[in-house]
Amino acid sequence: MKKRKLATALSGVMAVSLALAGCAGTENASNPKPAEGTKPTEVKKEEPKPAQTTIIVGRGGDSVGLDPARITDGESSRVTENVLETLVAYEQDNTNIIPGLAEKWEIAPDGKTYTFTLRKGVKFHDGTEFNSEAVKFNFDRWMDKSNPYHDKEGYEYYNDMFGGYKGDPNHIIASIETPDPSTVIFKMNRPLAPFMQNLGMFPFAIASPEAIKKDKDKFMEHPVGTGPFKFVEWKRNDSITLEKNPDYWQQGLPKLEKIVFRSIPDNSARLTALTSGEIDIMDGLNPDDTQRVLDNKDLQLFKRPSMNAGWLGFNLEKKPLDNEKVRQAIAYAIDKPGLIKAFYGDFAVPAVNPMPSSIWGYNDSIKDRTQDIEKAKQLLAEAGHANGLKLKFWAMPVPRPYIINGQKMAEAMQQDLKKVGIETEIVSMDWATYLEKTRLGEQELYLLGWTGDNGDPDNFLNNHFNKNNIGGSNRSFYKDEKVTDLLLKAQSEVDQAKRTEIYKEVQQILFDQAIMLPLVHSTQPIAASAKLKGYVPHPKGNESLEHVYFE
Amino acid sequence: MLAYTVRRLIMLIPVLFGMSLIVFSIIHAIPGDPALTILGEKASPQSVEELRENLGLNNPWYQQYFSYVKDVVTGDLGTSLLTKKEISGEIGPYLAATTELAIFSLIFALFVGINAGIISAWKQNSWFDYLCMLIALIGVSMPVFWLGLMEQWLFAQELKWLPSVGRDNARDSVEAITHFYLIDTIMAGRWDQFNDVVKHLILPGIALGTIPMAIIARITRSSMLEVMRSDYIRTARAKGLGQFFVVYKHALKNAMIPIITIVGLQLGMLLGGAILTETIFGWPGIGSYIYTAINNRDYPVIQSGILVIAVIFVLINLVVDLLYAYVDPRIKYR
Amino acid sequence: MGQITPDTQAVVVQDHAGHAVSPWRDAWRTLRKNKMAIIGFCIIAFFILVAVAAPLLTSFEYDQGELKNKHLPPSAEFWFGTDYNGRDVFTRVVYGAQISLWVGFFSVIGSIVMGTILGLLAGFYGKWIDTLISRIFDIMLAFPSILLAIAIVSIFGPSLQNALMAIAIINVPTYGRLVRSRVLSLKEEEFVMAARAVGMKNSRIIMQHILPNSLAPIIVTGTLGIATAILEAAALGFLGLGAQVPQPEWGKMLADSREYIQQAPWTVIFPGLSIVLTVLGFNLIGDGLRDALDPRMKN
Repeated sequence: MKKRKLATALSGVMAVSLALAGCAGTENASNPKPAEGTKPTEVKKEEPKPAQTTIIVGRGGDSVGLDPARITDGESSRVTENVLETLVAYEQDNTNIIPGLAEKWEIAPDGKTYTFTLRKGVKFHDGTEFNSEAVKFNFDRWMDKSNPYHDKEGYEYYNDMFGGYKGDPNHIIASIETPDPSTVIFKMNRPLAPFMQNLGMFPFAIASPEAIKKDKDKFMEHPVGTGPFKFVEWKRNDSITLEKNPDYWQQGLPKLEKIVFRSIPDNSARLTALTSGEIDIMDGLNPDDTQRVLDNKDLQLFKRPSMNAGWLGFNLEKKPLDNEKVRQAIAYAIDKPGLIKAFYGDFAVPAVNPMPSSIWGYNDSIKDRTQDIEKAKQLLAEAGHANGLKLKFWAMPVPRPYIINGQKMAEAMQQDLKKVGIETEIVSMDWATYLEKTRLGEQELYLLGWTGDNGDPDNFLNNHFNKNNIGGSNRSFYKDEKVTDLLLKAQSEVDQAKRTEIYKEVQQILFDQAIMLPLVHSTQPIAASAKLKGYVPHPKGNESLEHVYFE
Repeated sequence: MLAYTVRRLIMLIPVLFGMSLIVFSIIHAIPGDPALTILGEKASPQSVEELRENLGLNNPWYQQYFSYVKDVVTGDLGTSLLTKKEISGEIGPYLAATTELAIFSLIFALFVGINAGIISAWKQNSWFDYLCMLIALIGVSMPVFWLGLMEQWLFAQELKWLPSVGRDNARDSVEAITHFYLIDTIMAGRWDQFNDVVKHLILPGIALGTIPMAIIARITRSSMLEVMRSDYIRTARAKGLGQFFVVYKHALKNAMIPIITIVGLQLGMLLGGAILTETIFGWPGIGSYIYTAINNRDYPVIQSGILVIAVIFVLINLVVDLLYAYVDPRIKYR
Repeated sequence: MGQITPDTQAVVVQDHAGHAVSPWRDAWRTLRKNKMAIIGFCIIAFFILVAVAAPLLTSFEYDQGELKNKHLPPSAEFWFGTDYNGRDVFTRVVYGAQISLWVGFFSVIGSIVMGTILGLLAGFYGKWIDTLISRIFDIMLAFPSILLAIAIVSIFGPSLQNALMAIAIINVPTYGRLVRSRVLSLKEEEFVMAARAVGMKNSRIIMQHILPNSLAPIIVTGTLGIATAILEAAALGFLGLGAQVPQPEWGKMLADSREYIQQAPWTVIFPGLSIVLTVLGFNLIGDGLRDALDPRMKN
């Protein structure tokens, strides 16, 4: 193992042209082409082949923006995960907390004071020092609306995870102190049980204060962090390139020289590109295509452990979705297992609750409603809609791990809903607008979901059902006082057994009132070149690639 | 000739103005409040106001129009709502990509179309003639996007002969200087990359070039038939000049005029057809740029993308008209 | 349809143009000998029949499928296989014929009506009206047509109706210019001058002399125009700017099924073939009509 590391490190030193020649050679090996086309590369093939050091990541869409605090979609965060780092990190394949930029920490017994000791000698990519001031600068920027670097669109995750902004009644952080360059002390207004879990989330990655001060809008285009890879260039709609951070604080990492994220929107074209060696790894594999990957000895299949939920949401502010019976009728109308079989194959299980069973606190005693057209019609009649009704059905324009094909799944559900007399019109728009408009509450029925960030039930339930998060992740516009109280109580409770009880109760209430229709927990299939090693898909949906190398 | 050129240039002015008016109205003719339509009914009044300000919607429309024209004339094409970048700074590489593809398609269309047309005319009523004309007939009836999909499926996905998407090999991407990758790779002396770029051009090039090819083949054939019936070709034949020589030298020269006209028109159509071809082949050209903008409702980019293509189209037609007038003196009296 | 129109119109033309032999009947004779045109007629007749008889041809609904039947290959039950939602592709293609023919016919009729009115105004009244209208036509023709359609649809929002409207608008100049040039040349003809001399009203001159004599080129251009319109509608559908789900528009079907082209090629092949055949049919008829009706238009 050590030798291989050395070899990879050595090959990293070699000239880029050599590495590229190696890549061109491998492409030809896996992709027989007409003879005249191969001549120029054939000559180079004779040379000894160094291990490949550039990874080409094929994906469905471009990033939106590269400031993780502001832009939190998956295609953006998979890039920023490699560039910026958080105070604490997760283990490679689960959400247990390990040291990140903070070496160690102490938690006061009352759960209201956290003292972090920061790693020394860490530098941002722009050469400036990482220290306690940098940490404070970032938190001030997020929490303080009067901070000159605070963005007025706000920070959705910060708002949801830390109880709003400075001055809000439920805001968690009272103060941040920096007694010396390597110590940060967080003082809390009240205990927050998942605080450490939250700190590991990518939106709370520490950015270079100098870069933000220079131009906070440019930061969106050119992120500067402490991560294993440095940002190089962004060709819109085409590719994003990162290169190795030679001063990275973890010895021997990263193993790759370069990462190129390349957008290929069409799923089947992306698989073709992988088969022909144009890219090394891809997500957004059609479940039906997984067999082709397994049958191909040049490829391998990874499965991302499931920590997500996709759902059909209801905007409770829009009539008649405020009526519990209408919502239940919709739940009875839809053939959930059929839908999942058709769109996910074997890579998903039907969802009952809005959080996956892999997370503690899951309520497994709830029995799901199954398709029952008569019952649905009867419920609709009781609600006064015996003659049917018309609804707008918002469908996501982009594939996400939880809802892999919003438009077509909406079409399938449209068929089911028609059977009980609900006519739907499928509405579509671009992703950014979709997120924004559903946040503001323009939708009626809508598809959305969530990939867990930190493995805590709070990260699923509090976000989406706390009434204070309306205008944030609570896109159901669910205003129940009791549920909000329960969720806040669970946040401040340090005893996990007691928290489990509360979360189970919340799930039962949500199910009974049919606040949303959980559809699916998916396992995302990822296809990659067989030569790729050291890749471990993280359940949170994205990971940094510092351990990846090629044979 | 000079008078004609001047007249032709003057005629261009109202056309360009009208075009700018149409493009301008893409945002301003949206029913209701455009900013509200873009942001949605629930958007905060503050952000709606901000977008109105951004798009300059708060002035009377004629003021907006004149400042729009002023901006465009000075090279300011607005700012993308999506990338927040100046469109004039972004559009160059996209335009180069599209131009490269269009020229490649045109060369394909000309080469195949003219030769097929000539041979069909030469061997009139032979099986080759019938076959060519049948293919040409199907060619003009073919939706470019379906042809593209079928090509991609057959030659890239099933047979794996050619790459299915993009302009170059992502693993060994071309160092962009002029953004015309064929030129860039030659300048860098990277013949392996040149080879790669050509391979990436073939499928989209054929998809985009098929309709023009079919049209050119039909025009060439009928124009050749006419010329070959004329006296001096008969004389040339009688003089004992070789068939090949007669056809390719004498007859083609005289059949060129209608072909030139149609080629000019086709190059413009290629720019329009590019939006479909580029969508299918992931070609990062101006068509993809506009398509992404449509999907993201990035109105300034939709406006400027369409405007740029339309202006190029107009200029091409101008050049063709002038060429035509030069070749055929009768045109002056029209 | 091709049989009735020429014969009834023949009488009118004969009266005013004063020809000894009806050019319409003559044209019909030429057309009947044109094998390609006959093939075109057969193709289009077939598609019209299919579109009209759609509910009789299939027992499935175009917007209802069973997910368990997803992506079944063509079989005795599902002639063209099934799509990603388990819907019968044959049914969707058949209903798609309704949409495409509808859009083709009506957008062209729209273009012809608008183009004729503008062309008559320009040609008959001349002066600044002519200048204005001609300039507008120049401007519209300065855009590659699909881009102009995209511009119009992006103003009014994507839908089948708006796509139809956009296609109708972008093709107005073609007919407008045609009618205008026809009017200009007819104005100099003796029978029109004579009609004016006896004090016939402009509207009557237009209805009785100008329009009937412009009919031939309009029919030819219109037939070829239907082919173009169908292609443009499919292109807009493909780009997501035309028909919306679950409408079985051919272009939209291609766009939605393209990601499954390797698993279920039939979902892409049949809608595409239908577009090619319909467009080919109209092109063949158009070519034939041009040869028969208006030899001057022949290139």
